[in-house]
Amino acid sequence: MEKVLARGTEAIAEAAIRAGCRLYFGYPITPQSELTEYMARRMPEVGGVFLQGESEVAVVNMVYGAAIAGKRVMTSTSSPGFSLMQEGISYIAGAELPCVFVNVVRGGPGLGDIQPAQSDYFQATKGGGHGDYRLIVFSPESLQEAVELTMYAFDVADRYRNPVLLLTDGLLGQMMEPVSFPEFVDLDSLPDHSSWALSGTGMRREAHRVSSFDMDPVSLEKKNMLIQSKYKEVVKNEILYEEYQLDDAEIVIVAYGTMGRIVKSVVNQAREKGIKVGVFRPISLWPFPYVQLSKWSDQASFFFTVEMSTGQFVEDVKIAVEGKRPVEYYGRTAGIIPTPNEIFAKLMELI
Amino acid sequence: MAYHSVISAGFGGQGVMLFGQILSMAAMFEGKFTTWLPSFGPEMRGGTANCTVIISDDYIASPVVDEPTEVVAFNLPSMLKFEKILKENGILIINSSVIDTKPHRENIKVIKIPANDIAEELGNKMVSNMVMLGAYLKATKAVTLKSIEKALQERLTGKKSDLIKINLEAIKAGMKEVVK
Repeated sequence: MEKVLARGTEAIAEAAIRAGCRLYFGYPITPQSELTEYMARRMPEVGGVFLQGESEVAVVNMVYGAAIAGKRVMTSTSSPGFSLMQEGISYIAGAELPCVFVNVVRGGPGLGDIQPAQSDYFQATKGGGHGDYRLIVFSPESLQEAVELTMYAFDVADRYRNPVLLLTDGLLGQMMEPVSFPEFVDLDSLPDHSSWALSGTGMRREAHRVSSFDMDPVSLEKKNMLIQSKYKEVVKNEILYEEYQLDDAEIVIVAYGTMGRIVKSVVNQAREKGIKVGVFRPISLWPFPYVQLSKWSDQASFFFTVEMSTGQFVEDVKIAVEGKRPVEYYGRTAGIIPTPNEIFAKLMELI
Repeated sequence: MAYHSVISAGFGGQGVMLFGQILSMAAMFEGKFTTWLPSFGPEMRGGTANCTVIISDDYIASPVVDEPTEVVAFNLPSMLKFEKILKENGILIINSSVIDTKPHRENIKVIKIPANDIAEELGNKMVSNMVMLGAYLKATKAVTLKSIEKALQERLTGKKSDLIKINLEAIKAGMKEVVK
């Protein structure tokens, strides 16, 4: 397949269109404004709709409205914008609607800065909004993987009627890399949502009701438990991860997204010196591959987590390892990217 | 295994980003792995903008580089900033039209290219980045001129296609300058 040199944000946008997304609502924010810009240019070309809302609060509710009609819809934003969307995301999850969010994470908290970060991990995986709900979260390490996960995100959202989040950062969003795009999905082949979507009764059927609102605790609890049983299926079926040079590894580096990639350089560097180290890279952050990671406790002397935050992802690693082995941490924050030499030096200190 | 990591740095507007994109695209046409990573954040006027390009036969794990194998410095602040991290025996190409200070390091190879002067002689001072690219190609052989030509054709389309010729001339002039 022919490759193009694509920018991260643009690759994600094109992948969404190829997945059959024809509705994009957005509000520009650095470092992902090129995604919004790409959609503004591209949606009219493919007969889709691009609409810039007056704020992220408006945007998330536009996504809610489009999803309720059963159409593939997405939005993209960066950290402060994603915070603004949390109320709407909780409603969307409560109403059980499929849609895709992209958060190109930047340094925080607050307005922070515009450099790459992974400090929205808690918000992404532990529920940024209120109530008992989950986002399904995927995090790519390369642009090719970003393209594939974006397209896959729409399928998973449809399969479980749940919002899916592509969690990436400004490094992947801004960088360029060769990418080959899969073919366009045939719009007629998309999943049929006519059994629940608000698509117009045509006076021929009862009106559908889609809502997160239920004043009766007994009935709401029943509904929440149904959602929970759906999440059990997600945990069973949707765990994704990569193992790199783990076969004989005595040290397991655990990292995701951009860091999951950078630490592979550290492994290559360490292996040249005869240090047996490998990488476990979760691709689905929720559901987190607890069991799959835990397995390496038998072989590894310790785990080493590297992330672009002050220690969020490391908590899930500790849950997985269950105290069987030490879990070390190294991270930078505020938009600073740990470099391979820096991580390698830290690794040497630990040995 | 062929591996190049180059930082292209200069003032905003000197074409340091395009330098990297054309190079990266050419590498892609040759079936190589490549990444183009821009510097982040609001750059101060008069400060440096830069990008890192990696070209490799193998999958590129880290797009972030500690010690580049080459540095292409379009202005003095860039040379001062990146000379320090250049790999031992690495290549430093400097735009001698604007940099009149000597690099500090001894254990590197320095190539001086009066890129602005050459570009002006060609009649378009905007192509000084392509003069530097020509010098880079000659010094490293990271990609072929043919692939660069293809990248220019891909990148400069429509009205801009008129500029392919002058860009190529600038690249060739830069290549010649390395021989001298």
